Amino acid sequence: SDAAAAELGDAAEIRVIGTVQGVGFRPTVWRLATEERLVGEVLNDSEGVLIRTGGAAESIARFLRRLSAEAPPLARIERIEARGLPAPLLAESFEIVASLAGAPRTRVAADAAVCGACRAEVLDPSERRHNYAFANCTHCGPRFSIVTAVPYDRPHTTMSAFPMCAGCREEYEQPADRRFHAQAIACAECGPQIWLERFGEQRDPVRDPDAALAQTVAALRAGKIVAIRGLGGFHLACDATDGAAIQRLRERKRRDAKPLAVMATDVEMVRRYCRITELEQRLFEAVEAPIVILAADGPEALPAELAPGLDALGFMQPYTPLHLLVLRAVGRPLVMTSGNLAHEPQVTELDGARTELRDIADLALMHDREIANRIDDSVVRVSAGQPRLLRRARGYAPGAIRLPPGFEQAPPILAYGAEQKAAFCVLAEGAAVLSQHQGDLEELCTYEDYCKNLGLYADIYDHRPQLLVADLHPEYLSTKLALEVAAERGLPLRRVQHHHAHIAGCMAERGLALHAPAVLGVALDGLGFGTDGTIWGGEFLLADYRGYQRLASLAPVAMPGGVKAVREPWRNLYAQLRAAMGWEAFTRRFGALEGCADLGHKPLAVIDRMIEAGLNTPLASSTGRLFDAVAAAVGICPDRVRYQAQAAMELEAAAARAGLPSRAEAYPFARRREAEAGELIRLDPAPMWTRLAEDLERNAGPGTIAARFHLGLAAAVAELAFDLSQGSRVDTVVLSGGCFQNKLLLEQVTRDLESRGLRCLSNVDTPANDGGVALGQAVVAAATQLSE
Amino acid sequence: MAHGGGGKAMHDFIDDLFVDAFYNEPLAPLEDQARFSIDALARYGDRLAFTTDSYVVSPLEFPGGDIGKLAICGTVNDLAVGGATPLYLSCAVIVEEGVSVDLMRKVARSMAATAVEAGVEVVTGDTKVVERGACDKLFINTAGIGVIRAGVKLGVELAQPDDLVIVNGVLGDHGATILNARGDMKLDTEIFSDCAPLHGLIGALLEAAPNTRFIRDATRGGLATVLNEIARGSEVGIEIREGQIPIRAVVRGFCELLGLDPLYLANEGKIVCVVAKDEAEAALAALRAHPYGKDSVAIGHVTDERPGRVVMTTVLGGRRIVDTLVGEQLPRIC
Ligand SMILES: [Fe+3]
Ligand SMILES: [Mg+2]
Ligand SMILES: [Zn+2]
Ligand SMILES: [Zn+2]
Repeated sequence: SDAAAAELGDAAEIRVIGTVQGVGFRPTVWRLATEERLVGEVLNDSEGVLIRTGGAAESIARFLRRLSAEAPPLARIERIEARGLPAPLLAESFEIVASLAGAPRTRVAADAAVCGACRAEVLDPSERRHNYAFANCTHCGPRFSIVTAVPYDRPHTTMSAFPMCAGCREEYEQPADRRFHAQAIACAECGPQIWLERFGEQRDPVRDPDAALAQTVAALRAGKIVAIRGLGGFHLACDATDGAAIQRLRERKRRDAKPLAVMATDVEMVRRYCRITELEQRLFEAVEAPIVILAADGPEALPAELAPGLDALGFMQPYTPLHLLVLRAVGRPLVMTSGNLAHEPQVTELDGARTELRDIADLALMHDREIANRIDDSVVRVSAGQPRLLRRARGYAPGAIRLPPGFEQAPPILAYGAEQKAAFCVLAEGAAVLSQHQGDLEELCTYEDYCKNLGLYADIYDHRPQLLVADLHPEYLSTKLALEVAAERGLPLRRVQHHHAHIAGCMAERGLALHAPAVLGVALDGLGFGTDGTIWGGEFLLADYRGYQRLASLAPVAMPGGVKAVREPWRNLYAQLRAAMGWEAFTRRFGALEGCADLGHKPLAVIDRMIEAGLNTPLASSTGRLFDAVAAAVGICPDRVRYQAQAAMELEAAAARAGLPSRAEAYPFARRREAEAGELIRLDPAPMWTRLAEDLERNAGPGTIAARFHLGLAAAVAELAFDLSQGSRVDTVVLSGGCFQNKLLLEQVTRDLESRGLRCLSNVDTPANDGGVALGQAVVAAATQLSE
Repeated sequence: MAHGGGGKAMHDFIDDLFVDAFYNEPLAPLEDQARFSIDALARYGDRLAFTTDSYVVSPLEFPGGDIGKLAICGTVNDLAVGGATPLYLSCAVIVEEGVSVDLMRKVARSMAATAVEAGVEVVTGDTKVVERGACDKLFINTAGIGVIRAGVKLGVELAQPDDLVIVNGVLGDHGATILNARGDMKLDTEIFSDCAPLHGLIGALLEAAPNTRFIRDATRGGLATVLNEIARGSEVGIEIREGQIPIRAVVRGFCELLGLDPLYLANEGKIVCVVAKDEAEAALAALRAHPYGKDSVAIGHVTDERPGRVVMTTVLGGRRIVDTLVGEQLPRIC
């Protein structure tokens, strides 16, 4: 504060903690100090940045203010501590001095999109980095993806293989240069190079960078598929305006339906195909450079093969000079999907690409800057007025999330997360670091990455956990690993219920203080391990950080075939209809329906026997499975989903196309109280099914039905949440779980609750799906620990 | 034999039933214990093997077998996988009052017939009849003594990199049969339990491949569980190929329908063998020459990578971790 700054007098020692090394922080300090006519020095040490400075008291105060306001773009200041020095400083000027060694406690920044200055240089024929694909500076470029150890110095990155040339060395050592101590500094003379390989042809690689680029561009324009080694892994690229090329890519990659991300040169190109708001434009152009999900209703249309059944497209900017050069030369949007076979993590290594991508890509645009850490593109979508991270990876990880008041004294905690959107969380000193999204742990490569990253984050943050946390699910590989490590190191392990973690994670990132009053948490997702022998996924919890009470849930319905019911929506449809009115009663009344006949061809007798005998048929109060059932009812992938949440996403798209109807058309849900389940309230979709079937009978169309379902579910959820909040004297509702990545549902529930005067919080900085669970686990454990 | 708590008439009847069925020399005197000559045992090898297992299965009869056959094969196989020649078994039955006499007769006959096939004698036993509700129809315990061939050295810690992993035929038949029978699924095609005594097969294998490292019957927990035991026991990695794992189409279809992973289904006539690479061909030939091994196949190999882990290359080319299950097969997807 100003008062505190005024007390510093004419000499001060200032410590800056956070992500402040390798991001051009010292040159900024130097510039500000010089402008304020201060003397002294700045240096990096194990704690961050240390400044000793002297001059006029008001100049020092102003300097301190400007330090936060004018910090370089990639700096993340967590804390500034300043104290007055007793004696004036004996110095003539302000200097940047050599770093002090010591145990590292500083951060590694996230990878950042090419900055305006570097972009201009690369495109300027008079610059020495003209057309150089690896230009970067302290304000941009690779960070986390090239780090092999800490502190973040060139020898600890994959740039260690490239000795600086004299020109780069000069820039590196010049404080006034924006490449001063830019650890990844490079130019065509000394740095990484690109070349082009032709799979399936016995020809030498194209070594000349300009020729390699030109041939890549020509191939892309001719409909070829090119593997491109990028920042965090390989992409597979093809012309996004060429339906046949996209289809070929899908076939070769065996990815038959999942939407493909698109890269566009600039926002003007995006605007041809999508509506884009000001907020969305800012996200598209941000240093984090995520894939931004946009409504696909621009003046021109891209081929339907990009995102079959959906009405949105994911666009990202060319976030490295290499991508920029390719995109500008091609002049068309490019598909940029992760370079792998379906269901596997993207390839990062040259040899991996040569073996695993050779049957998918025609050509490979390679480079020789090794990727130390695989990291996917992040995905963001604006929903209920806020940019929501759907997948948190490149550009965001390993950035810290500041925890709300009360968590300052939390002990070091490591939370292992869930299973399919694996991400872990390290928590210490009032900040939490959520690892990048890593995918399905059952995939060997993903699991090995996950283990490697556990070590890497521990190093980066010098983190030695005193407490481990895992989900209640006994079969999660993350749970098993946590159990093993706890036994090995003699550490305590806490298990946290899945949906409590969803709610707590959202509370933490939305800033609810440790001792804030309880909230009503609504966790809607696929499946999480419950405490009553059933699987949960439609939960209403009276919760604080320490604990929860389950007040209500969706009515549990059989999941015939367990995991098979997740892949085959018809199973959920049948189970729902059977639970709602009985199959016989349903066929008696609605036997003429086409869907009824389709279901009739399934092995229903076997399913009946499974349900009756309890054979691999867990009960689940899952919202995700209800979405699947409704999707199947209107003919959206009833037989099989080809990627996770496909049915729900297509159902949402159908509803969005139709537009939300009036409140009167919303499908009704019933409520009942279950005495044997501790007075638990069940939200029962049974009445909805009759209305839905009647709509099918009068050929209402999938969009109308989908919309009425969305509205009905949202209204029922909001109403129940409101009633429960009144009963529990709670004024805040927290919405989390993967189903709230559904924009219609989130917006409708939020609007409804806010109109009833409740405060409504939902995930912004962390994914609402299982990618955010680890944060919740960590804060629940921390809260328990802190109140003991 | 001691009297149980149930009706004396029923008890005596069942006692007689089993004594008749198992009639043999050591059993004949009906003493409190069976007695054998050490010299006679020593002809078979140099170490004794001794095991016991209790059998509870529902339903008691199923296609391909019943609880009696299971009780003989299970104990015979437990001896055989240790390299032993199974010789003598004990048999203790606990019967719920009211179980049908016909059923008991069938079970006794089935045990006797299986014992004959397995070349073992049931030399001592016990019967208890308990009140209704005190047990579920029929429980059987068998214990067995076998003699381990001289020179045979098998151990879960002996697998080495490059060794091959072999199974003696299609997997999951027994588990699928039981589930099918239990749920009364009324499938078009029938599935049969693979329940069989495997001492002959294992004898042939050890003859052909004397450096075989380890053999285990893939019973509860299935192939996946055994492979994990080997990986952990020997601190090695095991890599298998999904495309190589033999599973009957009808079992595969059954698993598809029920959403079960066949790698975890129980078997009662299947072994997992770890054999030295240079003996693999001989091992396969010997196994295939035996009726219980004609579909034997190498499904993977041992590596020094990832000690303790079992990894499967899927038919799509992905690589999946195959872990043991803590409980039931529960979906992990959110
Ligand atoms: Fe979840
Ligand atoms: Mg056994
Ligand atoms: Zn830059
Ligand atoms: Zn250079």
